[in-house]
Amino acid sequence: MTADRFETDVDRALADAQLRKNFAFAMGSFILKRKAVFSDAAETERLRTLGNAIKQSALSRLPELLEQLEASCTRNGIRVHWAETPAVANRIVLEVIESHAGTRVVKGKSMVSEEMHLNAFLATHGIEAIETDLGEFIIQLNGETPSHIIVPAIHKNKAQISKIFHEKVPGAPYTEDVAELTAIARRTLRRRFQEATVGVSGVNFAVAETGTLCLVENEGNGRMCTTLPSVHIAVMGLEKVVETLEDLPPLLRLLTGSATGQLVTTYVNLITSPRREGEKDGPQEVHLVILDNGRSRIYADPELRQTLQCVRCGTCLNHCPVYTRIGGHAYGFVYPGPIGKILNPQVEGLDKAGPLATASSLCGACEEVCPVKIPIPALLRRLRNESYSTAPDSAVLGHGCRQNLTERLAWKGWAFLNTHPRLNRWVTALLGAFGEYLPPAGPLERWMRYRTEPMFAPKSLHRRIKEEGLTDE
Amino acid sequence: MTQESPKPSKVYFFSTCLIDAFYPDAGLAAIRLIEREGVRVAFPSGQSCCGQPAYNSGFPAEARAVARRQIQAFREDIPIVVPSGSCAGMMKHHYPKLFAGENDLPQAQAFSGRVFEWSEFMVQVLGVRLEDRGAPLRVTWHSSCHAMREMQVIGHSKDLIRQLRNVELVELAHEHECCGFGGTFAVKHPAISGALVNDKVDDIQRTGAARVIAGDCGCLMNITGAAAHRGLPFTGQHLAEFIWERTHDG
Repeated sequence: MTADRFETDVDRALADAQLRKNFAFAMGSFILKRKAVFSDAAETERLRTLGNAIKQSALSRLPELLEQLEASCTRNGIRVHWAETPAVANRIVLEVIESHAGTRVVKGKSMVSEEMHLNAFLATHGIEAIETDLGEFIIQLNGETPSHIIVPAIHKNKAQISKIFHEKVPGAPYTEDVAELTAIARRTLRRRFQEATVGVSGVNFAVAETGTLCLVENEGNGRMCTTLPSVHIAVMGLEKVVETLEDLPPLLRLLTGSATGQLVTTYVNLITSPRREGEKDGPQEVHLVILDNGRSRIYADPELRQTLQCVRCGTCLNHCPVYTRIGGHAYGFVYPGPIGKILNPQVEGLDKAGPLATASSLCGACEEVCPVKIPIPALLRRLRNESYSTAPDSAVLGHGCRQNLTERLAWKGWAFLNTHPRLNRWVTALLGAFGEYLPPAGPLERWMRYRTEPMFAPKSLHRRIKEEGLTDE
Repeated sequence: MTQESPKPSKVYFFSTCLIDAFYPDAGLAAIRLIEREGVRVAFPSGQSCCGQPAYNSGFPAEARAVARRQIQAFREDIPIVVPSGSCAGMMKHHYPKLFAGENDLPQAQAFSGRVFEWSEFMVQVLGVRLEDRGAPLRVTWHSSCHAMREMQVIGHSKDLIRQLRNVELVELAHEHECCGFGGTFAVKHPAISGALVNDKVDDIQRTGAARVIAGDCGCLMNITGAAAHRGLPFTGQHLAEFIWERTHDG
């Protein structure tokens, strides 16, 4: 991704009044919902500190926990597969599906599967994967990608969704009645659930001690994807592992409270094995695909490792003033919003996704609400620095990609000026006298697209203090 | 520092580069208001910028060089008062990180421990009481992100405004949202920054206030610049200048 393409996409998003209205409305309501379930500031702070500690502790033992998870899962009858890249993960999923001669797949919401571009991959092998989360279903009908981690179709309003259903679901009448729309989706999806041989889902937390896959959702589609088809394939990023079952209650409270402002989701699935002998339902096979995709590289850096604490609640998106204005698609990568700004550049490389790290005013709204306290602004600063860094020991993909001489010289000049007080005072005086004649070019031109020119004071504070005989040292 | 902290006889004033070049009246007002409380204010002429522009842009070495000059210029063990939540946040919370692993980390940490945002110092340390001499006026308040989230001093800033009997403070509907300044962000991503500041300006406009008061001149320059660009009638003022204007003799 070039900086130019990002800028073009941003301009297009900002010019779309309906899109901005949809996001402003939706994010505003999410903020209020979160506030309602985290109304006690001290309790919330305690909980966030606990969430941070649980994730940090798990990450500190990550290799060991992943091995433990594999052993526990295997003991339970869950087959564990390791995938270093999305391509490998896709291949594993395909092989499992093909070994059951499956052509119909139902899917629960999973951001890792988005990372893998799984649906497109399966389609090239004649396998139709149907998204069963309502939001995912809507955007799949319309050939779009998620614009939000939790609510993938949030960029659409009711009228737009009505139109999509009418145009893309055979026989669906045009209706803006929510109950009717839901009924249309339900009718379409029920058949798919019955036909599917394989169900694919994501994983919110994987418990190493017990080999339990935890999956939260509100529509029951996740429960059906993981119980109706005879084969269940769960895909997860390797950072999802936690130590014990006791870690789950605080993490779930944080995740659901932050994501949707719920105390608990409608469905909390704890999957520990395939159908056992004598059991009447559940899949015959359960597979767990654990994806790396750059995560172990992120893990290698103690500061950047904090990126992997993320529980994908999406609350940083909801609270981000930039996300709220440009929406998810303008980011141009799988993960939008503040978490995307730190995750995509590390996964895809700074040369490709680096511009995302600059698209933040560092206001700190994300860090303030992050349920596991990821210091997103600090990591953004770090990635900005890595873009210029030629340090050979840097583990960040694409580091040093920005070798803009003008920018480097500008900062060198800035530092020189601000460490030489006499020269600095002289330049400030010069700007005070002649600043208004500066040509509106470069940064000043970009400033003046939306604002009047900043007016230098005729006399600086340094000079006023001297002249008015105020105290110096 | 708690309310029991003794009133110092002398403090340093760090003006910030924006106040030095663009808003010297705000700086003078902030100094006069401290001196009015019987505290001597020293203004080291070797001071320049806190270093945040480079720090946030990915140039920590350049930021550190500039920060180091400030640490050297403010040697005496007395409070350093800063009329900006953002610069104060940089000096108080980020210097220790910026100097991690450097030989002068202890000096940086000691420096950070002496930093106060101006309204925080006025209320928390000096316990200032204000007498409003101005005509009735409706104003609104803009919270800078770093004053709010890093320094957490918005309560003190508003306390000063609320002490003014004839001033009606109308809060913004989206007070907690960034105005879109973000230093170099404003010129690196002009369209996003422009969208943010225009929404902020609309929010201010809806309060019907004649003036927006802020504790940070970066935000102020951004907001008033955008309002003027659109020909809107409200003006902006730094908190210290506003307080001085309404409370000084003659």
